[in-house]
Amino acid sequence: MSDTTRKIALFGLVAVLILGTGVVQSWNSALLILNMGLISAIMALGLNLQWGFAGLFNVGVMGFVALGGLASVLVAMPPVPDAWSAGGLRVIAGLLTGAAVIVAAAQVYRRVTRYRIPAMIVVLVAGFFLYRWIFDGGVVAVEAVNPASTGYLGGLGLPVLLGWPVGGLLAAGAAWIIGKTALGLRSDYLAIATLGIAEIVVAVMKNEDWLARGVKNVSGLPRPVPYEIDLQNSASFTERAASLGVDPVTASTLWVKVLYAGLFAVVLAVLLILAQRALHSPWGRMMRAIRDNETAAEAMGKDVTGRHLQIFILGSAICGVAGAMMTTLDGQLTPGTYQPLRFTFLIWVMVIVGGSGNNFGAVLGGMLIWFAWVQVEPLGRWLLELLTSGMSEGPLKDHLLDSAAHMRLLTMGVLMLVVLRFSPRGLIPER
Amino acid sequence: MDLLNAIVALTNFVLIPGIAYGSQLAIGALGVTMVYGILRFSNFAHGDTMAFGTMVTILATWGLQASGVTAGPLPTALLALPVGIAATMVLALVTDRLVYRFYREVRAKPVILVIVSIGVMFVMNGIVRFIIGPDDQNFADGERFIFTARDFKEWSGLEEGLALKSTQALTVVTAVVVVALLFWFLNRTRTGKSMRAYSDNEDLALLSGINPERVVMVTWLIVAALATVAGVLYGLDKSFKPFTYFQLLLPIFAAAIVGGLGSPLGAIAGGFVIAFSEVFVTYAWKKVLAYSLPEALEPEGLVQLLSTDYKFAVSFIILLVVLLFRPTGLFRGKSV
Repeated sequence: MSDTTRKIALFGLVAVLILGTGVVQSWNSALLILNMGLISAIMALGLNLQWGFAGLFNVGVMGFVALGGLASVLVAMPPVPDAWSAGGLRVIAGLLTGAAVIVAAAQVYRRVTRYRIPAMIVVLVAGFFLYRWIFDGGVVAVEAVNPASTGYLGGLGLPVLLGWPVGGLLAAGAAWIIGKTALGLRSDYLAIATLGIAEIVVAVMKNEDWLARGVKNVSGLPRPVPYEIDLQNSASFTERAASLGVDPVTASTLWVKVLYAGLFAVVLAVLLILAQRALHSPWGRMMRAIRDNETAAEAMGKDVTGRHLQIFILGSAICGVAGAMMTTLDGQLTPGTYQPLRFTFLIWVMVIVGGSGNNFGAVLGGMLIWFAWVQVEPLGRWLLELLTSGMSEGPLKDHLLDSAAHMRLLTMGVLMLVVLRFSPRGLIPER
Repeated sequence: MDLLNAIVALTNFVLIPGIAYGSQLAIGALGVTMVYGILRFSNFAHGDTMAFGTMVTILATWGLQASGVTAGPLPTALLALPVGIAATMVLALVTDRLVYRFYREVRAKPVILVIVSIGVMFVMNGIVRFIIGPDDQNFADGERFIFTARDFKEWSGLEEGLALKSTQALTVVTAVVVVALLFWFLNRTRTGKSMRAYSDNEDLALLSGINPERVVMVTWLIVAALATVAGVLYGLDKSFKPFTYFQLLLPIFAAAIVGGLGSPLGAIAGGFVIAFSEVFVTYAWKKVLAYSLPEALEPEGLVQLLSTDYKFAVSFIILLVVLLFRPTGLFRGKSV
């Protein structure tokens, strides 16, 4: 089977699976799978850039996704003027102080010649207390403003679509900081560093209530698409729905999801084209050369660490965009739901199964694995019901049926191990 | 100003929890460092191996409790521990046979093995959640305290109490025994020596007739035992929850790297460095400072440097500092 037919066949399979869900279950669930599948495909594309192109071991996808989600809140939610006047400036001043302390400490380390490490520690410790003194006062004031509904600074009140590129920028900024410190070290160290930063990002989002309400969640994010209720009230929409023979409520929920799918597909298409162009440019060839033999690439005068930093930032930015899109789709930011198994390691399964180093492979993996992730649960339940049908009623049977939800982790792990063992280049291998 | 009370408060809230947590991390980090030294990859499945071992131990504990067997004042889990260790050993060997051995034979790059270990992590995580569910399980029984805060207050007449939980004492005692056994094994026995030789220089070890498969097998057996012990101690001291064990991966790796990957001594030192910094930074110092400073200087706030939710940040920052200033760790580990 030639390369193109293989691609067409596999993507056709995904289409059939999603359409099949529409026919068998409901079009609503089919569109839900499609939307998250498109977002997952973008995340996989970002990770593929890092792992597939450059061989960078990033296990912090969750952090970048969460930062993207944060960005969409900060951009789209209306500002809370009371909170700003209560302590907003003090919070900002606190953050700036914190940044200034770190810069000062770095300068001390660089400039001072004698006792530079004790001097740096003194600057850091004194700076830390100064920072906490300024910052904490502001935080208390902000969080006291109507804590039940706001209690945070709010956003900028701009269109939510603007949050998507901002999410990318925020993730890129974080990636720059991590890359600066951890790239150039060994690959496992980068892995641990990214794992850590992802946990920290999520911990910050859970605990800093002034920023995005922490675990109290921000809900009711403005939408880039119309609300169902508005559609149901619009005469032209109900008319069109009636002419298609669908009742307006169902039609409106489906139409909103179709609009989202359109938006996501556009973003995915743009990113895919860019990634494809990058892969086949001299820059992409250089990246793969560096990945395959760092020493040789360095001998050719390539700046390995610099290139790595570049692609690490790019890939993380794409994950950030995907995170912002996901939060927009959900309409709320729920820091408690960010779990590494779901947002980091599942993306890894997508890239590995799809085919690392191949953009189409990553996209395919994203859609296919997301489909599997969603559908394994009902399938597992069905399977267990079948297996336990002969058993008498009892705690064991109940336990087995309750455990069906955990089948997905097991399935993903087995799938990943099987692909790694028998087809390590994935479904659509790199050429 | 009352220094004695300050010392008691410090011991109660910082030193004792720090030592207990440090011992748990140290045993966990020993497992990671052993895999790294012999098999030469960072095992992401270690947290879930710990969870698996603890799960089997919990199930065995329940079985013992149901049949009326207890260990008196000690937790019943101690009696169940050998069962957990044995099951985890079987799991580790089966995993190695089914998964890792192939990659050793094709001499795959270490990073591929790390990815493979992520797959193993998924599977183990799935198994654990499948069998015992994702919820908290508390399985500590027996005496809760060796002496309680009130006993201590009555005995010493001080304002501050000092409590010693039996699980904390047990953790430290077990850790000392386990570490002593491990070092005796590595330094004194023939198999242990061959393992160290294999870790130091694979080619030379092969040349002198050391059987690599045997070394790998023994390593997995030891790692499984260490993981189960670490997991059970942590579970007894706090509680068992599969997701928490997954999250332990970060401090454990931080401990192993800070100490120097591949160095058993480093893993222990790293475990305590990480544990003490976590407890130190997230403890509210108000009480200790109030006792030790003159009244005029008494602090108003809690004097907590970071909220406890940021304890991961602490291990991470220490890790970064060590990586920046001393990339091979405190005890000069190896690098692949």
